[in-house]
Amino acid sequence: MQFSGVTGEWNNSFKTNVMSVIEIQQLTKTYRETLVPVHAVNGIDLKFEKGEFTAIVGPSGCGKTTLLNLMGGIDRPTSGQILVEKVDITQLTASQLVDFRLYNIGFIFQSFNLIPVLTVEENVGFVMELQHRQREEITARIQYLLTAMGIAEKTKLRPKYLSGGQQQRVAVARALAAKPKFILADEPTANLDSKSTNTLLNLMASLNEKEQVTFIFSTHDQRVMDKARRIITLEDGKVISDTSVKHSHAEAQN
Amino acid sequence: MQQLIILAWRNLWRNRRRTLITLASVFMAVVLAIAIRSLQKGAYSNMIGNAVRFSTGYLQVQAKGYWEDKSINNSFTADTSLDQTLQAEPNISLAVPRLESFALASSGLHTKGVAIIGIDPVQENQLNSLEEKVAKGKYFHRGGGQGLLIGDGLANYLRLQLGDTLVLMGQGYHGSTAAAQYPIQGIFHFPLDQLNNSLVYLALPDAQAFFAAPGRLTSVSLMLDDPAAMEATARSLQRALDSTRVVLQWPVMNKSLVQEIQGDNAGGIIMLGILYLVVAFGVFGTILMMTMERKKEFAVMIAIGMHRIKLTAIVMLETVLIGLMGIVAGCVLILPVLLYLYQHPLALTGSTAQIYQEFGLEPIMPVSVDPAIFFYQGITVLAIALVSTLYPLWYINRFRIPEALKQ
Repeated sequence: MQFSGVTGEWNNSFKTNVMSVIEIQQLTKTYRETLVPVHAVNGIDLKFEKGEFTAIVGPSGCGKTTLLNLMGGIDRPTSGQILVEKVDITQLTASQLVDFRLYNIGFIFQSFNLIPVLTVEENVGFVMELQHRQREEITARIQYLLTAMGIAEKTKLRPKYLSGGQQQRVAVARALAAKPKFILADEPTANLDSKSTNTLLNLMASLNEKEQVTFIFSTHDQRVMDKARRIITLEDGKVISDTSVKHSHAEAQN
Repeated sequence: MQQLIILAWRNLWRNRRRTLITLASVFMAVVLAIAIRSLQKGAYSNMIGNAVRFSTGYLQVQAKGYWEDKSINNSFTADTSLDQTLQAEPNISLAVPRLESFALASSGLHTKGVAIIGIDPVQENQLNSLEEKVAKGKYFHRGGGQGLLIGDGLANYLRLQLGDTLVLMGQGYHGSTAAAQYPIQGIFHFPLDQLNNSLVYLALPDAQAFFAAPGRLTSVSLMLDDPAAMEATARSLQRALDSTRVVLQWPVMNKSLVQEIQGDNAGGIIMLGILYLVVAFGVFGTILMMTMERKKEFAVMIAIGMHRIKLTAIVMLETVLIGLMGIVAGCVLILPVLLYLYQHPLALTGSTAQIYQEFGLEPIMPVSVDPAIFFYQGITVLAIALVSTLYPLWYINRFRIPEALKQ
């Protein structure tokens, strides 16, 4: 089985038969820039299923962001494997990794990271433009997502005219736009007030259910942990706990 | 592609002031480079024009050996076959026969060595508008038995006026004595003092009679419709002529002018090089800054699925847009100025004009509006702008995304 950078598709049609979206095996990432090597990720084994809403938590420097970067293919591990639908992305070339991210992953960053020279709708449609989708499809998807995010009236504005909460909603819409297999969100609520955080989390939870997209967060935020259905705790680059949480519908809405 | 162009265009105006300053530097470079080149090329063209009109023509047919030994003994007979050969060559617009030699010009107690040029009045006038230069008296008509034309410098030196007689003494064809006196029928004034002080014109039959060389010429100067095809015309003509005659090109006959142009051209290129260097650093600084300050943005774009090659294309497009805007603005501003100066060249006055005249040049500052100047300067500035993006482009292809995202 191989990943095609051109079509963004995996050449084998096994996708429907497997449940694990991501499978991490003995993953390590060691930084050797200092005299003493730093093991940011130290022998992690994890599996993520389709439709998960998972929070990776832990103190600063425990390896959360490094793990997300490795899973997203924007950093290379020192050793180990990251299997996305049985394909080891650590073996992909830089160019293949770009296509892999384009067609499979949505990213949400702590500081929103919208493209400042593009309008809200252009930011949301950016990834789909990169995928050369049809104009009608792009327009319809933008309309749907911005309406779902409650910012349909802001389509023509540039990011600097939006509040932090609104910008992060645009970032979520951008991440979801191309219907990725999973979304990696690195501290997405860190720069938001509690009202914006709640709104955003509810929106993401709702879209997670509707679109069956796997959400994986790294966070310090208790509110995110409260919404997560699975919490993975890291310390010193290792998983120290991995807990499934069951929420009532009312809890989830709060 | 449209997405990339939109990004590049909008990125340019994120920092309006910086982009405008960079644009201004490209604009100034283009204006200065075109102005310098236009003045240089205009001056060269004027120098060459003067040289070919007043002395050599673009090409000259001479007897073999005349160029090395400018003796009237090395003259040749102007026969009909030469006429036919010249008429058969399509690039030749004008053929001007001359018989040239030297003599002593004397009046009273004053004597001066002069160049005697026997001319065909009609063809010579077509070549250099000699009739217009006759300030006093009248120009030649066809045929012999006429007076002579002298420059006002020579007339002053010999204290001669219109109607006075000038005695000429020299050596004629094959050692015969050449001596005669002629009335002054006209006094001419060229912008070049060197010519005013030393030239004497006779009608061609009178000159041939004076030098005892009937039907003989020392040269036929040729003007061309297309000077750029000079070499090809010379080759074709040489093939058609017999081996006793040679075809010389003006650079061979006027080596000092060629060297002067080459020296000045080299100086101009060094000046332009310095100018280009300043522009290169200006554009480099801007593009580098635009790249570094967007490092995180670039990292995000790569993370969400944009290939680095597309980022490279965006930065190159930004550079091309800055370059093109500066080049177009520069050309639009300088073109009407140059067109005006082309029609109305600046006349030099005072000591500068004198220096020009001493060097045998018309005291004007002509310009060239050759489209090649605009094209090559534009292309050069654009190429320099693109070269100055090499480091930023290298950087875009090397930086690590995780580090950039931490910014």
